[in-house]
Amino acid sequence: MRRDRSTLLKSAITALLVALPVSFAQSKDRAASTMDHLHHSHYAEFAKVPERARSRMNPLVNDPDAPVAGRKLFEQHCAECHGHTAEGSSKAPSLRAKEVQQATPGTLFWILTNGVVRRGMPMWSKLPEPQRWQIVTFVKSLTPSAPAAPAVVLDRAH
Amino acid sequence: MICDDSPEPHKQSWGLQHALKSLLFTRSAPLMLLLVAFLVRPASAQESPYIVTYDHYLEEPGNLEVEYFSNFGTQRGGTDFHAYWLELEYGATAWWTTELYLDGQTTFNDSTIFTGFRWENRINPFRREHFFNPVLYMEYEQISEADKIMKEVEGHDVEADHADPNAVARQGHNHEVEFKLLLSKTFEGWNVAVNPLATKNLLPSEPWEFGYAIGVSRPLALKASANRCNFCPENFIAGIELFGGLGDTQDFGVHQTSHYLAPAAAWNLPSGWTLRLSPGFGLNDNSHRLLLRWGLSREFSGVGEMVSNLFGRRR
Repeated sequence: MRRDRSTLLKSAITALLVALPVSFAQSKDRAASTMDHLHHSHYAEFAKVPERARSRMNPLVNDPDAPVAGRKLFEQHCAECHGHTAEGSSKAPSLRAKEVQQATPGTLFWILTNGVVRRGMPMWSKLPEPQRWQIVTFVKSLTPSAPAAPAVVLDRAH
Repeated sequence: MICDDSPEPHKQSWGLQHALKSLLFTRSAPLMLLLVAFLVRPASAQESPYIVTYDHYLEEPGNLEVEYFSNFGTQRGGTDFHAYWLELEYGATAWWTTELYLDGQTTFNDSTIFTGFRWENRINPFRREHFFNPVLYMEYEQISEADKIMKEVEGHDVEADHADPNAVARQGHNHEVEFKLLLSKTFEGWNVAVNPLATKNLLPSEPWEFGYAIGVSRPLALKASANRCNFCPENFIAGIELFGGLGDTQDFGVHQTSHYLAPAAAWNLPSGWTLRLSPGFGLNDNSHRLLLRWGLSREFSGVGEMVSNLFGRRR
């Protein structure tokens, strides 16, 4: 019984230690793929957005405070992965890319709400709806990057 | 700080638990936290005020949340107590969060003891938001009967269970598995979470025990203000929790069970700290009259990356 306790405790700690790098194991595998493939596969999520969600209008589009508040929220919740200037990082794609900038606000809102869970982006529906629209407003206010600039590989968006 | 020096035969065999106890209660804990704080970056969190109930939101992948919670409880037929626990919550992936708990308690005029550990896993089986979002919760507990953190109330848990002195209560040990279905929905800023639970002591003779937790919460403001501020209303989330036991397979229902109603509030600071406060009130004679809980937590990003780099990941 005593040995069981010790073994189980060791198992729990070992499992935690295993869990730490496990999310990166996939990214290691994916590193073998080309950057272009990953780039397109991640933005391909936009195609899965339902038409009804895609056509939703941004209720804060005329709110002068929305981009500023959205920037604050972006820095708090999104910049860690997407980069402080939203140019992307090793974890998440650029939000200045044309795929993002040409997407409808409803598309971005849907992606933000539902996440891309299997690719590492969590659901952000825990942020109230107006805050998600503020983030969308900020993202849409960004200057698009030059077409030649590739987005960096995304493993875990947002 | 440890008052637990009574000679007991089983004590020496708990080598690893003893080490964890030392880590939890001695000066090395702040040093470890300081080390973590230097190695990783703080992350901004948007935590719910719930202490017992779970919503369906998991830890962001690669982030580690270090949480400390206290539970002060009044005790009829015994002495009041202060139980506390450390939570290490890690987002392994966007759909899997794993968590280690280390529990302890001080019973006033008695002693301070380490009461065990729990290992919890939460898995989101779905890829997107649904009308009601189910998350699967599985936990293994190895705790003594002196454990008083009351992270959940189940079966026929009643106030009298906590009246025994620590020297007596710690003789009993529980190996349990616990399953919960975390159902949660956020609409118009309101979060509603319902958690039915079932627990099984691993002894074959013990029955399945049941319980529930229900929570409702809402931020004080839905839109974020443009300036960075500690006291902006959107940083505060208020809510209420209702939780209790539902008997077991031999006696299902609310007979000889305890139930609590607990207003709760969370303050999410832009610096990444979250402060929670929740006074809970017993709803029947089997319940503690007051459970005063509070917690302090901080989220760190890039922990998975740091560990991955330690294992030699090339970028």
